[in-house]
Amino acid sequence: MSCFQTLTDYGLRSIGLGVRGLPKADISLCDQIVLIGSGMIWNIYFAVIALFLGFFAATTIAFAKNSSVALFRIPSSIFIFLLRGSPLFIQFFIVYETFVLLPKVGIDLNLLITEITIETRWLTRAWLGALIVLFLNTTAYSAQIFYGAIQSIPIGDIEAAQSLGLTE
Amino acid sequence: MFDYCVDPQSLDGFYWWSCYLTTVKHISFYKSFLVVFALLGVTVPLILIFGFMGAVARQSKLYPIRLFGITYTSIVRGVPDIIFFLFVPIALDQGIEYFRHKIKCPDWTDPIRQGNDFVVCQLAKMPMGSTEQWIHETYGFFLAAFAFSIVFGAFAANTINGAINAIPQAQIETGVAYGMSRKQIFMRIQFPQMWAYALPGLSNLWMILIKATPLLFLLGVQDIVYWARELGGTKTARFTYPHEDWRLGYFIVLLVFYLLLSWLSEIFFDKLTLRVTRGQATLSGINNKNSGNRSS
Amino acid sequence: MTLTKLITGAALIAAFTSSAFADGHTIRMGTEGAYPPYNFVNDSGEVDGFEREVGDELCKRANLNCTWVINDWDSIIPNLVSGNYDTIIAGMSITSERDEVIDFTSEYFPPDPSTYVALAGASADVVNGVVAAQTSTIQAAYIASSSATVVEFATPEETVAAVRNGEADAVLADDAYLADIVNASNGELAFVGSPVAIGGGIGMGIRESDTELKATMNTAIASMKADGTLTKLIAKWFDGRSVEY
Repeated sequence: MSCFQTLTDYGLRSIGLGVRGLPKADISLCDQIVLIGSGMIWNIYFAVIALFLGFFAATTIAFAKNSSVALFRIPSSIFIFLLRGSPLFIQFFIVYETFVLLPKVGIDLNLLITEITIETRWLTRAWLGALIVLFLNTTAYSAQIFYGAIQSIPIGDIEAAQSLGLTE
Repeated sequence: MFDYCVDPQSLDGFYWWSCYLTTVKHISFYKSFLVVFALLGVTVPLILIFGFMGAVARQSKLYPIRLFGITYTSIVRGVPDIIFFLFVPIALDQGIEYFRHKIKCPDWTDPIRQGNDFVVCQLAKMPMGSTEQWIHETYGFFLAAFAFSIVFGAFAANTINGAINAIPQAQIETGVAYGMSRKQIFMRIQFPQMWAYALPGLSNLWMILIKATPLLFLLGVQDIVYWARELGGTKTARFTYPHEDWRLGYFIVLLVFYLLLSWLSEIFFDKLTLRVTRGQATLSGINNKNSGNRSS
Repeated sequence: MTLTKLITGAALIAAFTSSAFADGHTIRMGTEGAYPPYNFVNDSGEVDGFEREVGDELCKRANLNCTWVINDWDSIIPNLVSGNYDTIIAGMSITSERDEVIDFTSEYFPPDPSTYVALAGASADVVNGVVAAQTSTIQAAYIASSSATVVEFATPEETVAAVRNGEADAVLADDAYLADIVNASNGELAFVGSPVAIGGGIGMGIRESDTELKATMNTAIASMKADGTLTKLIAKWFDGRSVEY
């Protein structure tokens, strides 16, 4: 079996497309690389989406932690402490167990052209559940970094902006 | 543990809980917290040793040694640590058994690698098949600790290398002017001062190390994650203490444990930084109210 | 430099340490410990269940010293082949696929029908729907080759949890394992569909190179069948099921 054939058969294996049965004998180097590498689609998916969404959420939480309003500051501080202080492994387990215990409900979403039912059981699926955990974890770490950055802005800049009449 | 625990079916409320939380399985769960501390206790000296060796290698004047130091720190920092934690114990285990096989069973004709399997003669097995289970578990634990030390040692080597380089060049030049040898400069000027510069990086490494300890579970060690999963699973009436799926509860206990550990570590390192930066010509040294050698 | 020194040193020490432990016929029995009533870990922390009693009895008859080892299902066969333990006694059905990698003794338990369990009252489609099973089991292979979609989990506990929260329509597993769970679920779970007979009987897994141990175990199993001990144990652990041996 040529290497190109292996690529077309097993390349999209991790999302369920292609040949299901694994090669039983004569596993060549090309087979090994394609089979192991086929999972990379998921790595890229998780990394890109978690980082992208996490960036926006982190900015919000960083500003919330910097805020003088206790209602914003305290929950965001707790959120950052919880997610930075515990291992990612444990976070995955806890979130998975919580989702497993949720009762089976569905929410109907009317998107004008079509109507989809968002079911709670989707949360235990890896593509959504794991994404949520990675998103929250990235948010917490990035928020702390952004908070540190906000804190180190020279006070002179802030005072100059205030004197120019810029609002908060 | 208590006398009234002989008939758990008749117990209720507080008494049931006091019996449930003191079964032999639960005592093993409590003891496994000591496994986490044991891992931290065993790896920290090894990490400092590997880190120090790696940093010294990178500072070396001999090119091969310097190249080894750079390779060690770069590879281990560039690859995800889970890959190393899965690779190193298996590679070490197979490596040791391979050496023993070559020495103890010289007339073995079959290939050692048969398809996906690694087969050596029974005398070469490490630990031997006839040894007790606790020896197997301890051996596995030390393999895991060694893997942790290699990975985190590379990070520590980077930190310590940066700390050695951060010592003001003027002090080294003064040492040279006084006729000190390279070794003397290192032992008297660089070595005592580098720990102050290395402390922020090393404290960060400690926090990461705490959060990496659940990976012991992936290596088959019966640590707290293993027991939480085992104890929390649904238990039918066949067991003495039946209960539903309580895994969430057990994992929240683990979460609280790790949060406490992180919080206490943070307090400890803050105090240590305060003490170590006393008198230094840096922001933290000057701001430190207990500093002795202030110029102003 | 330091690393290679350490590894060489450790290897040399290990190689020249003579085996201080006498090889006195100690057999390590590997089991999963999460599949009642076949095997589970009781509240005193010991391996318990039908297979614990069968294993202890076999060892007594074969004059062997037996220690019990727990291993996750996923790596139970590779760890047998690399010698972490000497037998697999974990409710493993004899299949031709597994027989290519390891050897089996004669069966000590007849083929257990596999049944479907779903949420009570839900009309679960076991033919075309989503069915949960444990990885690398005969049930998972059966569903994969049928028109239903298989969702695999590492432990049997998780397969049942998937049905409870709706991720899977039903779970397919050994009847003996599911009976306990359905009884304990207070009416939440129920049997659906009809039982399917998959796989051969349950036998002990042994390394292909270990022909002596296989012969010893086969003799012991035959003697347990002949004097009715096996029938008694099966009746004790499986709700009075009567098996003719």
